[in-house]
Amino acid sequence: MSGLWVHAGPTALAAFLACLVEAVEALTVILAVGTMRGWRDALLGSGAAVVVLGGLVAALGPALMTVPLGVLQIAVGALLLLFGLRWLRKAILRAAGVLKLHDEAAVFHAEQRRLAQVARATAWDTVAFATCFQITMLEGAEVVFIVLGVGAGNAMLLRSASLGALASLVLVVIAGAAVHRPLSRIPENALKFVVGVLLSAFGTFWFGEGAGLAWPGADWSLGGLIAVYLAVALIGVRACVSRRAHVGVMA
Amino acid sequence: MSWVRAVVTEIWGLFVDDGWFALSILVWLGVGWGLPRFDLPPALACAVFAGGLVVLLAVSVVGRAGQRG
Repeated sequence: MSGLWVHAGPTALAAFLACLVEAVEALTVILAVGTMRGWRDALLGSGAAVVVLGGLVAALGPALMTVPLGVLQIAVGALLLLFGLRWLRKAILRAAGVLKLHDEAAVFHAEQRRLAQVARATAWDTVAFATCFQITMLEGAEVVFIVLGVGAGNAMLLRSASLGALASLVLVVIAGAAVHRPLSRIPENALKFVVGVLLSAFGTFWFGEGAGLAWPGADWSLGGLIAVYLAVALIGVRACVSRRAHVGVMA
Repeated sequence: MSWVRAVVTEIWGLFVDDGWFALSILVWLGVGWGLPRFDLPPALACAVFAGGLVVLLAVSVVGRAGQRG
C-alpha cells in the first residue's frame, strides 16, 4: 500500500505542473482573443472544447481500465518516454541557451496582431470561437494524455493525476481572471524541465514494468529514476553551455 | 482534408521533435522489451534499460548544442 502512495505524490505533482504549463499557454491565446474580439465567443469556443475533452475522458478512462495492465504499461510507457524525453531535451537546450525561451508576452502580442488583421463578423465571431476552441483542444488534449499516462497504473493514481490537473487549472483560471494579462512571470521552462524529468521517469518505470523488468526496491525505484534524470538533465545543461562556447570559439 | 493533416501534424509533434532522437528511443525500447529474456541479474537489466535512455538523451542534447544555429 505504501508503494501506491510513493506513486500518488509524483503523479499528482507531474499532472499539476504539466497542466499548469499547458493552461498558461492556452490562457495567453484566449486572453488575446478575448481582449481583441470580445469575450462571449472566446469563452464559448473554450467551453465547447472543454465539453469535447470531458467526453473523451469519460469514454477513454473506463475503456483504458479494461486493457490488460502489461499492455497498458508498455503502450503508456513508450508514449510517455517519447513525450517526456522530448520535453526534457527541449528544456535542457532552452536552459543552455541553444534554443530560444518560450515568451508568453510575445505570443500574446503576435496573436493580437494576427487577429487585428482578420475581419470581424457582426453577430457570430467564428474566428474568435475557432481560435479558442483549437487552442483549448490542443493544450487540453496534452493534459488529458498526461493525466491518463501518469495515472495509468490504477484508479487511485488516476484520481491523484486528475486532482493535480484540476488544481492547476483552477489556479490559472483565477490568476487569468484577476490579472487579465498573460502569466509571463511563471518560469515556464523550469516547469517544463521538472515535468520532463517526471514524465521520463514515469515512462521508464511503466515500460520496464510492462516488459517484465524487476525494479530494485519496486515502486521506490521511481524516486531513484527521478533523481537520475534530474542529475543527467542538470549536467546536460552545463555540457551544452560548454559545448556551445567551444563551437563559438572554433567558428 | 487540410484539418485532418493539421490534427495529425499536431499529434505527431507531441511525440516527435527530432526524428533521429525519437527513432533511437523506439529502438532502445525494443531492446528493453527483450532484456528480461536474457539471463541478466534483474538490477543490471534495469540499469542497462534506464542507462541507455539517459545516454540517448545526453548524446542528443550535446549533439544539438554542437550544431550551429
